[in-house]
Amino acid sequence: MMKKIIFSLLFIICLFKADLFAQIDGEVVKPYKADFLLQNARVVTVTQGILEDTDLLIKDGKIAAIGQNLAPQNYTLVDCSGKSVYPGFIDSGTSLGLVEVNSLPETQDFMELGKLTPQMQALTAVNPNAVAIPVTRVSGVTTVLTQPRGGYFPGTAALIQLNGYTPDQMDAGFRAVIMNFPSAAKSGDYDSRSEETIQKEAQKKRDEIDEIWKKAANYLSIKEKGGQLNYYPEMEQLSRVLKKELPLFIEVNAAKDIIAALEWVKEKNLEVVLTGVAEGWKVAEKLAASKIPVITGPVLTLPTRASDKYDVAYTNAAALHKAGVKLALRTQDTENVRNLPFHAGFAAAYGLGVEAALKSITINAAEIFKVDDRLGSLEVGKNATLFIADGDPFEPKTQVEQVFINGYRIPMTNRHIRLYQEFLDREMKPAE
Amino acid sequence: MQTKLILSVISTFWFIVVSQAQEISKGNVFIKNAHVITITNGLLEHTDVLVENGIISKIGSGLKEPKGVPVIDASGQFLMPGIIDAHSHLALEVINEASSPITAEVKMEDVIDPFDVGIYRALAGGTTVSHAMHGSANAIGGQNITLKHRYGTRDPDQLIMKEAPRTIKFALGENPIRVHGRGKNLQPRSRMGVEAVIRNGFEEALQYKADWEDWNASDKGKEKQQIPPVYNSRLETLVDILEGEIIIHCHSYRADEIYMLIKVCQEYGIDKIVFSHVNEGFKVAPELAKYTMGASVFADWWAYKFEVYYSTAYNAAILTKNGVVTSINSDSDELIRHLYHEAAKTQRYGGLTDDEALALITINPAKQLGIDKLVGSIEEGKQADLVLFDMHPLSIYAIPQMTWVDGVKYFDREKDASDQRIKVNPEETLEPIFLHTEHHNCMRDVDFYFTGFGRNLFGHSH
Repeated sequence: MMKKIIFSLLFIICLFKADLFAQIDGEVVKPYKADFLLQNARVVTVTQGILEDTDLLIKDGKIAAIGQNLAPQNYTLVDCSGKSVYPGFIDSGTSLGLVEVNSLPETQDFMELGKLTPQMQALTAVNPNAVAIPVTRVSGVTTVLTQPRGGYFPGTAALIQLNGYTPDQMDAGFRAVIMNFPSAAKSGDYDSRSEETIQKEAQKKRDEIDEIWKKAANYLSIKEKGGQLNYYPEMEQLSRVLKKELPLFIEVNAAKDIIAALEWVKEKNLEVVLTGVAEGWKVAEKLAASKIPVITGPVLTLPTRASDKYDVAYTNAAALHKAGVKLALRTQDTENVRNLPFHAGFAAAYGLGVEAALKSITINAAEIFKVDDRLGSLEVGKNATLFIADGDPFEPKTQVEQVFINGYRIPMTNRHIRLYQEFLDREMKPAE
Repeated sequence: MQTKLILSVISTFWFIVVSQAQEISKGNVFIKNAHVITITNGLLEHTDVLVENGIISKIGSGLKEPKGVPVIDASGQFLMPGIIDAHSHLALEVINEASSPITAEVKMEDVIDPFDVGIYRALAGGTTVSHAMHGSANAIGGQNITLKHRYGTRDPDQLIMKEAPRTIKFALGENPIRVHGRGKNLQPRSRMGVEAVIRNGFEEALQYKADWEDWNASDKGKEKQQIPPVYNSRLETLVDILEGEIIIHCHSYRADEIYMLIKVCQEYGIDKIVFSHVNEGFKVAPELAKYTMGASVFADWWAYKFEVYYSTAYNAAILTKNGVVTSINSDSDELIRHLYHEAAKTQRYGGLTDDEALALITINPAKQLGIDKLVGSIEEGKQADLVLFDMHPLSIYAIPQMTWVDGVKYFDREKDASDQRIKVNPEETLEPIFLHTEHHNCMRDVDFYFTGFGRNLFGHSH
């Protein structure tokens, strides 16, 4: 009798347990929109300090209110006691969405044929269902600049938010024409050219670019005078840069090249941002004097030269910041854009400081991309693009618990997490 | 008379050269009042560590300051064992001997480059031991060498950790298939062929061994006209693997190929095998736990090629929780500078404890290299490979301050000056610049790089 009772109890427990762990075949979690009230959070606004024990209301995709003891009404309540809320992080240079598997040409959509293709639109090739997108956004990185590569003018980069079913839904409202400034540096061990040849070739390329620039100026002046023009999308796009409708992002890294690039832009009256700037620490004063903003990174990388101090890649951001350069950070990655907070953390540790590092992946980036009315800080009226973490998001130990993009609650899952759930405690283990 | 003098000068000189070549510097140091992360015995707060002649001789609190030994006041700082990287190509002139699907006869100890400034940079990241490996072009590659980062020496031998057992590189999947099958129309052209190449190698080695045994048991050609088997260093090495004298470190990604080699090893009675990269190791974690010496993984690398598309950053956590001896390696001159940070990522992806996370870069790789009795933890009697951090090493804000190998300080952040090269090419008027994109590709190529084939064909490969 006793045995029977025990067995039936066990049976019931098993049933209950099975029920708890039951999965619904084919179930998927989708992003959804609602009015969320985040309660009792430590709100890291970035622009207005840190607010303790504060509520934040997400309504119609926007931050509708920030304050203490906001009325709960019929909002979805999210208890944030002991948690911090941050604005979504912005990576200012990636290939996210343009590449699926790095080594497979079939999945590489970041480069067109030819050196002069400024009209190529990165946004066109962004795959909203790239597996790396959900892998990225659960880290709190919600917004990235995704950009084409190769040639002099590889194309037009786009700022995207990491939620949406079409490229347009992902569009965060910023474009920039990319330019690769021809380098007069010896590139790596395999470059066997003489110093003279290197100089000559760089000069030739810079002359070519000047030719292109003249052509674009001609195109624009004919157009402005109402002249007849053939379809010339390359010049059409560059003429927008000349008119300052689009900024020019100039990729340049070696110290001498940076000086040359500053010289090149001097009399051109363009809206310019320098990117890469790996050796910026050598010419930080000149960069600061130019007032041109800089997007630098990756931070976790090797120094550019064998003779460099071992930590120059870590300290570059700090050197630029201290000189007074306006600074944003990038990973220049695709599948590991999720490491952006760690790049920022390293920069913070090596002299940049936590506050400036935080700004370099939030408000500074938003200002450079001219979306600071919507992104980059926690302020009433801005997009509800933010995340909740159980600590400092730069620390690897910290867990990002919930991400919102434009008020959409993002499912905190992706393929990496699903594989973890499936294989952590596998069935059918090998026999003892 | 003059000849005698010359001879004696030469012999003295020779003696100096030889004795210098053989002597490895060992140091003394007294590190006072540190938080000592022992790895094998928890965290000891406010503890002193005495190093004598390169060996940790005493651990305790309130130890008496010895005379004539440099003292480091480490109050508030964290001392941990030197970080060990179980998969690296640092300080190697060449990586791949890609001339055949089996090249067990080649040795990485012949191509050590003591001038590689990367060694100093690894030390600045707390890494004191690295496993300098052959590349992944061949199913059975060359013999690796375990290095101690005694930077500053011009003698390649001084970098070798002489006590470390022999290891060899194996490689499965896309790389050997691409190099031999696609590149040269030779087996292997598929994962079936990779198994066949390895089995053929082992069978040939067994035959070779039997031939020698027959010869040695015979009268060695005294009565009948007989000649001995031809000495073959490739097959000698394979015999040594079959006899358990060499640890296999196998480049692998997919669960199927990992399982294949586990089965082959079982069949040939081999139990000294570590799987490296092993991105899909999490799928066969119970098998890895039961049959192997463990898995050495990346913290978060994935999607750089198709065979790593179905990866998870939770790999190290799944493996650890399934009882697999797991390490985190670099395979990169960049990652080797912050393996402590790579280990910290397992706290985000799978919530490993501090002890579990730090074991991934210390005692576990030491076990996989067969050197865990000597290094990999802070214990009395072990070699004094140590690194001092200003904060807990798993914090993003932690910066390595000093690094010792055998009690000799090779890195001190306070005294760090730029240009740590010990050899400068006088003909090089323009210093080359290495940019992220390039070093990324170089790094990915390097595992794979060999002359005679276009680099493009082999781009993006670990």
